[in-house]
Order: sequence, then structure tokens, then C-alpha cells
Amino acid sequence: MKSLLQRYSVQLFLVTLGGIITYLAYQEAIGLYFLSVMMFMGVNIILSTSLNLVNGNMGEFSCGHAGFMCVGAYVSSILGVLLFSKDKIFGAPLLDPGLAVYLFPLVIIAGGIAAALAGLLVAIPSFKTRGDYLAIITIAANYIIISLVENLGVIGGSRGFMGMKKVINAMRDTVDLPWMVIWVFIFTVFTIWLLRRYNTSTFGKGVSAICQDEVAAEIMSVNTNKMKAITFMLSSGLAGVAGGLFAYIIGYVNPGSFNILKSTEVLVMVYLGGMASLSGAVMSAMFFTILLEVLRPLQIWKWVIIPLILIIVMQFRPEGIMGNRELSDVFPWMKRFYRFK
Amino acid sequence: MLESIIQNLINALQWGSFYALIALGYTMVYGVLTLINFAHGDVFMVGAYIAFFVATFILGALGLPGWVALALTIPITMILTAGVGVSLERIAYRPLRRKGAHRLYVVITALMCGLILENANLAIFGASRKAFPELISVQVYTIGGVSFTNLKIAVIGTAILSFFILQWIVTKTKVGMAMRAISYDKFAVPLMGIPIDNIIVITFILGSAFAGLAGLLFAMSYPILEPYMGALIGWKAFIAAVVGGIGDIRGAFLGGFLLGAVEILVVAVFPSTYRDLIAFSVLLIILSLKPTGLFGIAKTTKI
Repeated sequence: MKSLLQRYSVQLFLVTLGGIITYLAYQEAIGLYFLSVMMFMGVNIILSTSLNLVNGNMGEFSCGHAGFMCVGAYVSSILGVLLFSKDKIFGAPLLDPGLAVYLFPLVIIAGGIAAALAGLLVAIPSFKTRGDYLAIITIAANYIIISLVENLGVIGGSRGFMGMKKVINAMRDTVDLPWMVIWVFIFTVFTIWLLRRYNTSTFGKGVSAICQDEVAAEIMSVNTNKMKAITFMLSSGLAGVAGGLFAYIIGYVNPGSFNILKSTEVLVMVYLGGMASLSGAVMSAMFFTILLEVLRPLQIWKWVIIPLILIIVMQFRPEGIMGNRELSDVFPWMKRFYRFK
Repeated sequence: MLESIIQNLINALQWGSFYALIALGYTMVYGVLTLINFAHGDVFMVGAYIAFFVATFILGALGLPGWVALALTIPITMILTAGVGVSLERIAYRPLRRKGAHRLYVVITALMCGLILENANLAIFGASRKAFPELISVQVYTIGGVSFTNLKIAVIGTAILSFFILQWIVTKTKVGMAMRAISYDKFAVPLMGIPIDNIIVITFILGSAFAGLAGLLFAMSYPILEPYMGALIGWKAFIAAVVGGIGDIRGAFLGGFLLGAVEILVVAVFPSTYRDLIAFSVLLIILSLKPTGLFGIAKTTKI
């Protein structure tokens, strides 16, 4: 029988970590720069773990993740601005700005739901095609989404959309806490928890079966179409959540920041961490964010050195940092600290 | 009305020629290795830059007339660009293939190689755009209200000629037979005494050389060079190759011309910002109707 402390140690650790970060941010002990790097780290973790679900666990090759991020970012920004702040385009706020504190997570989740619906765009063609044909469909979906936003003049077109800072300010006026830090932390933990539960559930087993052999999975009574649709929607929905958080962290979105280069970044995080490894995806997202910031002084050479590092990593460790193992497979003592397998 | 249709058709053929020439490289490498060589669009960009430096050198340092310079630039560009493609294969892809890494890791490596080519170019030569020197004087012909330049005709002619050369190589020669054999069964081919690595190198030489040719022609038609010019065209050419049925030379050509035609038509009717939106939507519709592409053959998989 495990002791109570041991059983709840992960929860305890997360609550303490979140509390410490929030307290430090509240006391302004961490600089604004480090704070934003940490928040981007959270966003990148959500992106890489959610793409890992499709590219790693399901074995498909989706390369348009930034497109779904774009949908989530725009939907949640527009909704937030429409509801809680005075804007030149949308006029007076529909609700009392004081409610922003309570409804903010719903706004982000609404962006996620919209992105999940966009994910159906990819899920339906994936019923028939696989592998490289799916890659092309996702690239095309990414271009279509960006092009659509650029042509919608109402929400700023290619100039971008802003006004999210007012929503954040409305939240801070009601309760003075560093809200973005808190929500990024909560959504990151939520994503990892959700994906862990999903992968170890019956659904997750079906997803790995599709990865191994789709036809055999179908024969073994796995409803592959349903499974693919749900998995794609979950993955793109989480990308939408990441996009919403990204938009509120920066306070400004434009379609150019969700182009194919952003998708490439996410792909790099997934394959650097190792396919189908959740902890690998988390670690590589953190590593990659730090690498981007450390190499920032090099300016344009940064984008020569990062791919070079990746190519060298691939040459010596072609399966990524973790392969398809989890951190708890490498360090078995970690299994003592959480309950389910 | 008829004139504008023919005019747009000529424009579409010229624009599609570039896509077709680049799509060839994608489709040949894919046919042999089942590898999406995402660096190919940037090989095209490198080809355009090589053409720029070679042409400027020949015109400036040697002081030869334009047509001689063109005659020298074409083979030199093709050879040097082929060298770039082959070195990518030797340095980045072959060691991974030897290790038996997952196919997608090779794809990611290709993506990274493309980024390196783009950004190293930007870092070394700067962001200022380069103006390509005029090698041959452009003449405009007008027949019955339809105007075209000698350059446009040359581009379209080169693309069609390249198609016939490559189609001949792939279907009629021993090397082509070996290429098709590798795509059919990768494991039995070395047992038959076919040097698999040499065949792969030849595939990269052919694909990259024609990308270099496309770069030269593109630089002559639109004489502004910038480091990111290859990225978008490369992605689009890949889509064209897939729509045609990847792994098939005819498919790459048809897909390239189709994409060119769709884009020119969209620009002729709608505002030009709608170009990507409508072009990609049309391609998605084609792919959802015929998931293996126009010339692709659905493979049956054994369990």
C-alpha cells in the first residue's frame, strides 16, 4: 500500500509548481521576458504533444498543424474582444467586462472547438488516403485557412487582429493576478493529462492499432473511421487551444505567423522528441523553445544552426531523443509516483 | 474573347512549365525512394542563384555576347545544381537510409536541409534582391491580338522537351528500368546485381539538374531573385506532383500544367489574393475524388 503522499505526489508537485510560478510572476520576481518564454514553452508543449497524437501515435503525417492553431487563435480572439471589450469594429462589449475572469477559459475552449471542426476537414479525406497524400491535404488545408483569413477584411485580413490586451486588462482589473501565466499553466497540464488518459484508454489502443496496421485493425473490429475522426479532432482542437493562448499572450494575431514555417517548427518538436513518446514531446518542446531563445542573438544564422543541429541529432540518434519510450520507461522509479499504468 | 482565352492559355502553359519542371524532381525521387524531398524547392532557388552568378561572371568578366553566355550558362547551371542535389543526398539522406531510420525522419531531414539552404543564402548574400542580367533580348510577337514573347515559347518548349527526355530515360533505358525496379521492390533489386546507390544518385542528378534549369528559366522570365522564392513554389510543385499521381513522370507534368492553369484562371477572374485559396481548394477536390492522383495506381496491401 502506497502512502498518501506518494500517491498524490504528481498532483502535489504540479500544484506547488503552479503556485510558485504564479507567486513569482505576481511579485514580478521573474522578468517579463522570462515569463513570456515560459508561456511560449507551455504553448509549444500543447502543440507538440497534440501533433504527436496524430503523427506519432497514429502514424499519419500531418504537416498543417499551424492552420488549426490559426483557427483557434482567431476564433478565441474575436470572441473575447466581442464579448468583453470595446472595439472599433464590434462596438460595445456584449457582456460585462467583469465577467471576463470567469468566462476566459470558455473563450479559449470555444477556439479549440472551432479548430476541432476544422480538423474534420482533414479527417474526412484521411478515411481514404494515408501517408504522403494526407501530408499534401494538410499542407493544402494550412494554406487554405491562412488564405481565407487573409481575404476576410472584417477581421483585419493580412494586417492582423488586435485588442486582446484589453480583455487581459479587464481580467486584471477584476482580480489582480497574472492570469495568462495561470491559464497557460492549467491548459498545458490539462493537455498532458488528457493525452495521457487518451493514449492509455481503449481509444488509444485503437489508435496504436491503426498505426501498426490499418487493415488488420479494421478486421479486429476497430472502427477506424470513427477513431481517425475523433483523434484528428482532438489533436486539432488542442492546437486551437494553443493558438488561442498564443493570441492572448502576444495580444495580436496575423495570418502570417501561422504559415507553413510554424507547422515545420511543430513537426521538428515532434520528431526531435521521438514518435509516440508523450514525455519526449514535452521535453523537446521545452528544449526547442530554449534553443530558439538562446540563439536569438545570432539573428538569421539561428535558422541555419537549428536545422544543422537537428540534422546532426538525426544522424546520431535517428529515433529522436526518447524513441518511442516514455520517461518512466527510462527511469522506472518514477512509476511509484502515479497510480494508473 | 477567343484572344483572351488563348492569351491566358499561353500564360498558363508558361507558369505551369515551372511547376512541371520542379514537380519532376519530386516525383522521380519519390518514385525511387518514397521520400518527399522537401529540399527540392530550395534546390530550385539555389539553381536560380547559381545561374545568376554564372551569367554575371560570363557576361561581366569574360565579356561574351548574350547568346554565348546563355549557351554556357545552361549546362554549367544544370551541372552545379545537380552537384548540390547529390551532396544533399550523400551528406544527409544516405547515412539515415543506411541506418534504417523511419522514413519520416528522412523527410524531416529534407525539410531541415531546405531551411539551411534558404537561410544560409539569406545570411551570406543578404536580403537585397538580385536582378538577373538580360541574356537574350526579349521580343514580343503579336498574332491576331495574342501577344507572346520568344522567352515564353522557349520556356514552354524546354518543359515539353524535358518531359520527353525524362520519359525516354525512365521508360526506355536500362537506368530507367533500374529506377522502376527499385520502386517496385527495394529488397530484391540489390540481389539482381543492380547498384542501388548509383541509381539513386542518378535520380538526384536528373531531378536537381532539371530544377536548376527551371531556376534559370524562372530567373530569365521574372528577373528578381530572393532567398525564399523556392519555398512556396516548391510546396506547390509538390502538390502538383501529388495531384498528377506521385511517382509518375506524366502525372508530374500534367499536375504542373493543371496547377498553372488553375492559378492563371483564378487571377484572370478573381482578385489575385484569392489565388492560393481557390487553387488549393480545386486540388483538394481533385484529390478527394481520385485519392491516388490522376495517374496514380492504387496499390493493394497484403496483411
